[in-house]
Amino acid sequence: RDSQQADTKHLSRWKKWRRTSSKSMKKALSEVKGLSSHLVLWRHDIHSIEGKFGTGIQSYFSFLRFLVVLNFIIFILMFSFVTLPIIISKYGIFNSTTAYISPKNIDDICTIYEPSGNKGLVYFYTYLKDLLSGTGFLEVTSLFYGYYIINAEWISIMRYNLPLAYLLATFAYLALSFLWIIKRSVEGFKQHLVHDADPFQSYCNKVFAGWDFCITDPNAARLKHRSLQYELQTDLQEEKLKQKIAERRMEEKLRIYSLRIFINIIVLAILLGCFYSIYRVTVFSQENSSVSIRNDTRTDLVNLLVQYLPSMVITLANFIAPLIFSFLIRFEDYTPAFEIKLTLLRCVFVRLANIGVLLVSLWSQISDCDSDKCKPCGYNYKLYPCWESDVGQEMYKLMIFDFIVILAVALFLDFPRMLLVTHSSCKLVQWFGHKEFEISDNVLEIIYGQTVCWIGTFFSPLLPAIATIKYFIIFYVKKIVLIHTCKPAARPIRASSSNFFFLVVLLIGLLLAFIPLGISIARIPSSKACGPFRSFNTSWEVIPDTILQFPTGLQQILFGMASEAFAVPFFVI
Amino acid sequence: AYKRFSELLPKEERENACSARVPKSQILTLPELRANPFQHRICHVFSTSETRDDSMSFEDFLDMLSVFSDSATSDIKSHYAFRIFDFDDDGTLDRKDLEQLVNCLTGQGEESQLSSAEMEQLIQNILEESDIDKDGTINLSEFQHVVSRSPDFARCGGLQR
Repeated sequence: RDSQQADTKHLSRWKKWRRTSSKSMKKALSEVKGLSSHLVLWRHDIHSIEGKFGTGIQSYFSFLRFLVVLNFIIFILMFSFVTLPIIISKYGIFNSTTAYISPKNIDDICTIYEPSGNKGLVYFYTYLKDLLSGTGFLEVTSLFYGYYIINAEWISIMRYNLPLAYLLATFAYLALSFLWIIKRSVEGFKQHLVHDADPFQSYCNKVFAGWDFCITDPNAARLKHRSLQYELQTDLQEEKLKQKIAERRMEEKLRIYSLRIFINIIVLAILLGCFYSIYRVTVFSQENSSVSIRNDTRTDLVNLLVQYLPSMVITLANFIAPLIFSFLIRFEDYTPAFEIKLTLLRCVFVRLANIGVLLVSLWSQISDCDSDKCKPCGYNYKLYPCWESDVGQEMYKLMIFDFIVILAVALFLDFPRMLLVTHSSCKLVQWFGHKEFEISDNVLEIIYGQTVCWIGTFFSPLLPAIATIKYFIIFYVKKIVLIHTCKPAARPIRASSSNFFFLVVLLIGLLLAFIPLGISIARIPSSKACGPFRSFNTSWEVIPDTILQFPTGLQQILFGMASEAFAVPFFVI
Repeated sequence: AYKRFSELLPKEERENACSARVPKSQILTLPELRANPFQHRICHVFSTSETRDDSMSFEDFLDMLSVFSDSATSDIKSHYAFRIFDFDDDGTLDRKDLEQLVNCLTGQGEESQLSSAEMEQLIQNILEESDIDKDGTINLSEFQHVVSRSPDFARCGGLQR
């Protein structure tokens, strides 16, 4: 600094001023950064979890925080472009009017849709039932697709094309989620590369450069000590295991490989069993859930149970399959990191494929076209006059049931278990032991919920709001469960690669969500009785229609862009 | 910087802060050093006092801050880091130094220390990675070589002003 100060005496006044201003800019920027880090949601909670339980579990909670923010933004997107215009026009703010264009060339029979919104005096429990199953009074609200029946509206002098907005908002939220996840995973990927690219250096790196000299708070220092200790211990354990694996003899290798093949076959059989049962149950539920007679409590309850049957079977399958997988994987003798990844992969497949099977069975019902059931309208109009709302209801039920199950498990399984283990000295109970926080299970739970939300948002635009509230509450529930009932993991797990892995699995969920949405938008004819796409054959047709209304020059450009010569290199880049 | 240094001195000596020496106990109350596990080593390395009591004058204080600032080159940082990690001041990092280093990192207290088997394994790995001449110790050039390839050192080896 002395030499710097000596230099400044020789500089002109202009350069002096520039130097001081750049210094104060730097200072101001660093202060702003410091402030903004305080605004991050739940920063203190996640930091303390990191200290007590390690970075693996901390990465789960920051993942949860990411999903809360993502869902909130998706909700804002859908709300402002789809729901808000309708509310504006309904209440006539800003001088707006609406236009209902009835579908042309369609049989009148396709347009009959009478959602039984509750009229007259009803019992209170009907509201509860409707809340749980998305029928009744909820069906006619803006929660579901069926509400959005207007085609266009005028706000002052501008014409707002609602069907186009609906479709474009759907694409927008999918694209936004995709880009955001990729951005986050790129950051994690760089760390992943650094860790793996130089395995010769990792110990030295951790020991010589491990301490962050910027830590000034003794609590933070304690946390850092513990995480360093965890990391070093994990690395050492993994190395020991790798040595053990390298030293295996030939016959041991044979034994282990044949055992692995056998176990994979069992896994496949379990998966097929799940899929078949979901298919049967969905078909059964769709065929037998009818409009209830209002006065009879018992059939109402049975009806509710039948409606929830697919959700229950899916949740049961999602619960049992991971238990079986984690039991089986112990026989396969992999390193802990690989065990986690493989179990995660298998469980991911179970959960996402379950949703897929549910949707496939729903569609087989909707497009069930033998014996002339769908002649006039292209889909099974008798049972499903407004099929998008029905799909939306199924997604809604899945989400609500998932939430109820998480709360119930926390309340009725975790807390009693902790109380039992601490207070009773019975040998069997002690053998169970305290619960360990299973990261993979919990991550899959929330990825499953998120995939349901992505698929369902097209059919039920307010679903992201429900998802945001759900994840918000789940954060606190899980945190309380963690702190009060779990012991720190016996096997410390490394976070940096887990983070990247969670994002990859989330991306798989998103890509899998593209498929059902793509099929619904482009293939299955949209219902003629409800929704903004009544006057189109399929939902996708809005876009070609709108393009045809553009001036011809613009049309040429757009067709050129869409042609193959251009689109393929564009996507590749 | 001068202000912070003079705050550490008791009131009477504030006027000739330029020539006074601050005892070690006062230095350790600085927030940056308070939580640092290497605080004693840092004081020892930067102190130029003849009486070996680890007290620091204003020049020592400036030295310390300049080494830890963002604008110090990585050569200087690694040189001083080597001296800080060298617990027995013999110019090389041998097994005992490394053991003390790791214990500092994982924290004080019985349950936060690695077991002796883990410690052995860890030190073995560190020496494998960094000991080029295989003499069982790490000298300054080996240390600088290892640290220059380490991505975290530049990031965390700095104190924020």
